[in-house]
Amino acid sequence: MTMALEIVGGLLLVAGTAFLLLGGLGLVRMPDVYNRIQTGTKATTLGTLLTLAGAACLQPGWTVKLLLIGFFLLFTNPLSSQVLARAAHRSHVAAAPVTEIDLLDEETGEEA
Amino acid sequence: MDAPTIGRIRSAGALFVSLMLFWIMLNGSLASDVLIVGVVASVVIAFLHRDGLSIFAEARFTPASVVATFGYIGYFLKELVKSNLHIAAVVLDPALPVRPGIVRVHTRLRSRTGRLLLANSITLTPGTLTVEMEDEWFYVHWVTMEAADQEEATRQIVAGFESYLEVMYG
Repeated sequence: MTMALEIVGGLLLVAGTAFLLLGGLGLVRMPDVYNRIQTGTKATTLGTLLTLAGAACLQPGWTVKLLLIGFFLLFTNPLSSQVLARAAHRSHVAAAPVTEIDLLDEETGEEA
Repeated sequence: MDAPTIGRIRSAGALFVSLMLFWIMLNGSLASDVLIVGVVASVVIAFLHRDGLSIFAEARFTPASVVATFGYIGYFLKELVKSNLHIAAVVLDPALPVRPGIVRVHTRLRSRTGRLLLANSITLTPGTLTVEMEDEWFYVHWVTMEAADQEEATRQIVAGFESYLEVMYG
């Protein structure tokens, strides 16, 4: 039983790390700030959650505290990404040319 | 008592309960000194933030909403995994097939907590990021935009979460 838990925990840790790596890669590859926020801060949500789950399997005594960390993450992560994106948009950070449509910008353009 | 006062008391009470739950889970103990510190701190914070939001404020406590809560958590985790895999595929693709755009979507939710959770859920699932909220309109940045049309975008981004949150918060 302990053995099985250790294997599952190890696999979860590896999977979580893989998603974190992909998040880092996205940070480098994405064309503008909005897309970078998307991959850099949020594709890592699953990575961190899987890492926490892996840690919980390896150290069952920590489960409650790890759950709390995950809960905090789920509440703070979207808030910070959203505020960053809104701040970028309000200070007119240009989106990449590949961006097809920006309804928010058209709206504010009408008001001005 | 008038309605706003009752609302404030309910909101502060809900905040107190959530804070106490957190405190007890964090300490992993029900010793009396731990509880006393927790009660004092929670009362002070709940009093200072009596107009604020907490996850239990505005929530409905009916059997249907409990079922919807579990449905919501399940749906959310499913979407989280699905969209993470989707973004992973985009990042790994040498051609980087992004098609970003900021679309406008509409929500039927009325309560502030419901809208907050909806915006957070949209942001948490990679590929969509709530940039701005204006009343019942959300402006969502979409990495691989599939529909610029407001109704179609609403259906794809909002509808799934909304159907659960509508029962939970209204």
